[in-house]
Amino acid sequence: MSILGTRVERREDPRLLTVGGTYVDDLRDPALDGALHVTYVRSPLAHAKITGIDTSAAWELPGVVGVFTAADVDLPPFPPNAGISGPPPAAMARPHLASGTVRYVGEPVAVVLTETWALGEDAAELVSGDYEPLDPVVDVGDALRDEVLLFPEAGTNVTGTSGELDDSLFEGCEVVVTRQIENQRVAAAPLEVRTAACAWDGHKVTLWLSNQNAQSCRDELMANLGLPQEQVRVITPDVGGGFGAKIGVEQEAALLAFLAKRADRPVKWVESRSENLVAMTHGRAQRQVVTIGGRRDGTVLAYRLEIIQDVGAYPRMGAFLPLLTRFMVSGVYDIPKVESIARAVVTNTTPIGAYRGAGRPEATAAVERAMDLFAAETGVDPAEVRRRNLVRPEQFPYSTPGGMTYDTGEYLKGLVAVLEAADYRALREEQAERRAEGATHQLGIGLASYVEITAPNNTEGETGHVEIRPDGSVLVLTGSSPHGQGHWTSYAMLVSDQLGIDLDKIEVVHGDTDLIPKRVGTMGSRSLQLGGSAVHRAAVDVKEKARKLAAELIEIDEADLELTDGSWQVRGTPNVSLSWAELAQRAEDGLAADVHFTEDRPTFPFGSHLAVVEVDTETGKVNYLRHVTVDDAGVIINPILTEGQRHGGIAQGAAQALLEEVSYDADGNPQNANLADYAFITAAELPSFELLTMETPTTLNPLGVKGIGEAGTIGATPAVHNAVVDAVSHLGVRHIDMPTTPERVWKAIQVHS
Amino acid sequence: MQVSINVNGEQRSHEVEDRTLLVQYLRDDCGLTGTNIGCDTTSCGACTVLLDGESVKSCTVLAAQADGHEVTTIEGLADGEELHPMQRAFQQKHGLQCGFCTPGMVMASVSLVEENPNLTEAEVRAGLEGNLCRCTGYHNIVEAVLTAAKEKSGAAE
Ligand code: FES
Ligand code: FES
Repeated sequence: MSILGTRVERREDPRLLTVGGTYVDDLRDPALDGALHVTYVRSPLAHAKITGIDTSAAWELPGVVGVFTAADVDLPPFPPNAGISGPPPAAMARPHLASGTVRYVGEPVAVVLTETWALGEDAAELVSGDYEPLDPVVDVGDALRDEVLLFPEAGTNVTGTSGELDDSLFEGCEVVVTRQIENQRVAAAPLEVRTAACAWDGHKVTLWLSNQNAQSCRDELMANLGLPQEQVRVITPDVGGGFGAKIGVEQEAALLAFLAKRADRPVKWVESRSENLVAMTHGRAQRQVVTIGGRRDGTVLAYRLEIIQDVGAYPRMGAFLPLLTRFMVSGVYDIPKVESIARAVVTNTTPIGAYRGAGRPEATAAVERAMDLFAAETGVDPAEVRRRNLVRPEQFPYSTPGGMTYDTGEYLKGLVAVLEAADYRALREEQAERRAEGATHQLGIGLASYVEITAPNNTEGETGHVEIRPDGSVLVLTGSSPHGQGHWTSYAMLVSDQLGIDLDKIEVVHGDTDLIPKRVGTMGSRSLQLGGSAVHRAAVDVKEKARKLAAELIEIDEADLELTDGSWQVRGTPNVSLSWAELAQRAEDGLAADVHFTEDRPTFPFGSHLAVVEVDTETGKVNYLRHVTVDDAGVIINPILTEGQRHGGIAQGAAQALLEEVSYDADGNPQNANLADYAFITAAELPSFELLTMETPTTLNPLGVKGIGEAGTIGATPAVHNAVVDAVSHLGVRHIDMPTTPERVWKAIQVHS
Repeated sequence: MQVSINVNGEQRSHEVEDRTLLVQYLRDDCGLTGTNIGCDTTSCGACTVLLDGESVKSCTVLAAQADGHEVTTIEGLADGEELHPMQRAFQQKHGLQCGFCTPGMVMASVSLVEENPNLTEAEVRAGLEGNLCRCTGYHNIVEAVLTAAKEKSGAAE
């Protein structure tokens, strides 16, 4: 029986459970002996001219080894990320330390090097900045007016515009509803904050980084430092969560190479949580307007999405994300007329980056709210509205108005499964009863059906290397770089499945650019489908090489060989056999294969979520009771891992709907700069999740797998959000912006009572 | 100042700055890096250890306060190669992903079950409110704790 599809416990765990893994801050590498601590001094103002920075008091503190400001740094600024309509203005490049102007609270303005961590805090406090305040631009609507410019040389705050609108879109519709929706700014908040260490060895620099893609960081670092590949090495050891926010090298980490060189000593940077919440990229931050129109019977005929993306102070990934939203605009629905437009603007806030789902949850949140708005207006049940408009199985491969081609899908089957498992009818009956009684606690049922694009950047592919060592153990090198996903286990399963070698003898190595120079990394739920397919193919190649070699050595026809009990045997003559170790030792050039795997197109996992909540109509408090889902990601290699990814995704998605928000006051001061103020979701606010299984394989890779890492998040947010609105919809409430805090819910109820 | 702490059954003595936190002492002076730091407001629980058998957030305790006491960290939980029932339950139930919250989560869970092995799901959830996890959605953590608790109460009967 194949090991694939079975519940194999993680190989990663014993180490993590007994010594707690080795994250960057845990490294005791001799190369880092005597490392100096790096502490950033950050801007207290959202928008200001820097008129002076006094570092003299810091220099006087014993144990301070260096203090640097922008004037001391001779590295080029980081160019803006790709935008939605060509690159954002070059004037929006980001310096390592703010020079001349600060553009958000938390922007680094100076950096101190100290002998100990505690001294770094002391020294940073002694650096004093003089600022001349400028008007802050906090709201995207204000930013669009271009009255106050963040980068006067750019002449605009707009980093890009894409899409067009057609005035006649809703002609012929019996019902048209429109609504502005805030897809609020949230923090990725991985439990391990951003951490990096750096050491030079002669001309070569090594950067240890808590990151999702070592190789891209290496490339960015090479460009920034003007060094060739042989002189830059990036290592990502254990990584304590990333969720998209640890893609690419950030300027604070990149500056370590400069600091270590200047100090002629290794350096280490571990930001504090308070810094992390203001200075690591945030996610989402879209203002959307949805308009949906159709017939009274619940048939949707036209849909429009208008997006204003808050990019934050510098164009990072946020300048690109609305394009992913536009790709996925109509979701799982077959709507005759669809259009979308996006504008992206800089504001005096923390830059926006990728966050679990990156652009796709925003698309789903919009269309799923729109479906409920349409249902409410037409009086057709939300489940029925969805059922009626879903793309049907016979339509695949399905070309979307967003320009995508969905590979495979069974959208209705997923929805029906969820409705049945949750007993939708009974829930609606209970809801009706509570409404009739005028109960204080009202029931809300929320639905969301989604389709997700995974490996959107599939063209770069991923590489897998499988090698039999002379002792018969296996080395697997992969470019995908896990931060909790369990790659070791799933990749070892793929190899074991082909080679019949025990999981314990398979080592999976990642995240070291010297060992694995050219790869992509872990993002966009691409790992298993690209990295896993590459490893699988490499294992198949190794197996074929081994078969040939064994046939030669035993002098027998290949067809007479079989791989049994981990060795190559002659069929019917089990005492004539060759072990993997023997083969590896006797193979002249070693027994290995390298495969670069690319898919023709991305894949499109999908699912349906149903959330049940109870709303206390007197206080507005939401009690989250149940969550039932189908998340179909094609073939499942290890159900334990997929379930874990789904759980985590659902929790993060629900957290956005219920609690989490990064907000600023009118002056651009962050309101949630630590975990005491940021409403990070805990075990106490969540129910246990009810997962249903469904597998609709893709045809785009040999394993039939799609991605699962972000799906839960994408479906959960609108399901929970819709449930909260549904609980009070009988009072006339049609929409409440996220997060649906007691205050917001209570206010919405008051307006209608 | 000088502090003497019994860490994982081993008596240790170090000269530390007065302001040294227990978590720093464990990580930097004892070289036990299993205990992690996830916040600066005593909110995340990544640093949870047992102090005389009770769970504490070691970022909120000074090394000096632990002077003369016993501390157990994740490194001291397993019995040689034999995982502690809570560690085993976390692996079996897939109660960890990136592993960063895990040492603190496991230590908090050990103390929770120690106090009351007849826990309900709601009690586990409430009991772990001070320990944040960004990866697992807590579902499997709760299952792991209930599994270990059941094993313990079963053994006690
Ligand atoms: S580090 Fe101690 S509670 Fe967060
Ligand atoms: S496993 Fe990553 S934070 Fe809990």
